[in-house]
Amino acid sequence: MNSAYLDLIRIRFLMMLAYRVNYYSGIIIYAINIGAYYFLWEAIFGEQTVMGGFTLAQMTTYVAVSWMARAFYFNNLDREIASEIRDGSVAIQFIRPYSYLLVKMMQGFGEGIFRLLLFMVPGLIIVCLLFPVTLPTEPGVWVLYFVMLVFSFLINSQINILTGLFAFFVENNEGMLRMKRVLVDLFSGVVVPISFFPGWLAVTMKWLPFQAITYLPSSVFTGRTAGDEALRVLGVQVIWFLVLIIPILLVWRQARYRLFVQGG
Amino acid sequence: MLAIDVQDLRKQFNVQKNREGLSGALKDLFKREYNQITAVKDISFQIPQGEICGYIGENGAGKSTTIKMLTGILVPTSGHIKVNGFVPFKEREKFVKGIGVVFGQRSQLWWDIGVIESFQLLRKVYRVPEDEFRKRLDELVERLQLGELLNRPVRKLSLGQRMRCELVASLLHNPSILFLDEPTIGLDIVVKTEIRDFLMKINREHGTTILLTTHDLQDIEALCSRVIMLDDGRIIYDGGLDELKSRWSKGREIHFQFAEHPQLDNLRVLTDGLGVSWSQDNELTATMFLPHAVNVSDALARVVGGGAGIRDIKIVETNTDEIVREIYQSGSASSEATKKLGNVVALDKEAHQGNE
Repeated sequence: MNSAYLDLIRIRFLMMLAYRVNYYSGIIIYAINIGAYYFLWEAIFGEQTVMGGFTLAQMTTYVAVSWMARAFYFNNLDREIASEIRDGSVAIQFIRPYSYLLVKMMQGFGEGIFRLLLFMVPGLIIVCLLFPVTLPTEPGVWVLYFVMLVFSFLINSQINILTGLFAFFVENNEGMLRMKRVLVDLFSGVVVPISFFPGWLAVTMKWLPFQAITYLPSSVFTGRTAGDEALRVLGVQVIWFLVLIIPILLVWRQARYRLFVQGG
Repeated sequence: MLAIDVQDLRKQFNVQKNREGLSGALKDLFKREYNQITAVKDISFQIPQGEICGYIGENGAGKSTTIKMLTGILVPTSGHIKVNGFVPFKEREKFVKGIGVVFGQRSQLWWDIGVIESFQLLRKVYRVPEDEFRKRLDELVERLQLGELLNRPVRKLSLGQRMRCELVASLLHNPSILFLDEPTIGLDIVVKTEIRDFLMKINREHGTTILLTTHDLQDIEALCSRVIMLDDGRIIYDGGLDELKSRWSKGREIHFQFAEHPQLDNLRVLTDGLGVSWSQDNELTATMFLPHAVNVSDALARVVGGGAGIRDIKIVETNTDEIVREIYQSGSASSEATKKLGNVVALDKEAHQGNE
């Protein structure tokens, strides 16, 4: 691979590092969120031991690890792309011998590494101290989980890129970006695990990419999905990663022909 | 070999029409209406290698749109482009390695990182070998005196400093064609002169073809052997600057400073029949406008012989600014302009589409 792409990862990482103080408050906000959901689920479970296939202990772990995974895979690529399209600076990207989409992906990756090391890992440690989170003991699960986490990042970034690129077709896609954010949080299972959804919705979710972002890896981490089934859900992620490349390339090709640089 | 070859190039944009009021907004929601605007209308020109060509025209004449098509950013609606032997928008990644681009109004450096880091990143993007990069960077840094700027982040540079860095950035991979879109906009005269000298040298030493758009005609006078003038998407002039001047300047002005308040009527009587015109500037000075057809000595002889006490005489050629202003102003009637220039430019092949 062109070493420029590696450099882009490094530069974004260093830039994020320069603004690291902003993320300290993020860790606290995420911890409060996790706490709120923990107490909420505790109240909902009440006397019951199992709900939607979760024990309370599994649910606590699920909530903690899902939010912390979100801390890692979350990025603003959609906003960045949309604003670069709107102010016309995307034009500059076309005079460079590289792929704009790959550049964006690499920048997202640099941000991801930063978020993993300075947000997710310390956040998870703090959360483990505060709440009764049970971590998996098998090293195999950890390895599998981290592989799946990479795919979470990839799929979430792909969805971000796709929504960001819609700025080429509509003048203001701000509303769309907001809707996407809410949809991803809800349908990926960060807010409520998908097994709690009503039947028809749970079935629909099986055919959408969102579950691959949070629900599937978190299920593996909590031990609800294990063995061959765990490998199968990894397969689901890989398939979604490959499938999502197609609409991105299609939209990108269309966009090339629709490009309207502001202030021409 | 031709560096740039453009044939019947056309670009149309669909621009969203926003209807008025609430009902209009609702209608827009369901059925968008578009205006079609033709920014560039079937232009053709060729630029040989090693030439510096100025591309001028009023705001909105289609200069930037042309540059964007030539650099592969925009896809033309119709027509043929060959730049450096490539069709820009088709083989984009290969093509852009051979060109350099500077947009005066838009930075292409990375905002948050140091200048030198930007350059290093560009080295990797363009895959320039390290030693070649060093040599080129040293040369450019020395020429443009960037020495102490290299470690500063781009966002902390002044406009002049930034523009010099942008130039370096666009030349690091040794492109054979350089596109400059208003490279001197907003710069002070010192920096402007520096940049002009630099471009001249680059052109002379490396044979770099340069196409620049500008509103500053001094840029053109200092740099360009050739000017292409655009109006309303059409080329209304393509040729040397001197030729442009001689064709368009209608005459000279002679400023007289008299010993006492001159009577315009008397002066008019003196020069009667010559076809010159007079205007009063202030108490003691008056200006005589002289078409090219009239001999300067004839006119002067009449005035001097008229017995008026003359303190000073100044002969002024109409300068480029005025000429160009006049062309722009009459530009709305570009058919007239075309006729005047005697160029054969395809006229109104298609009537304006949409209401612009």
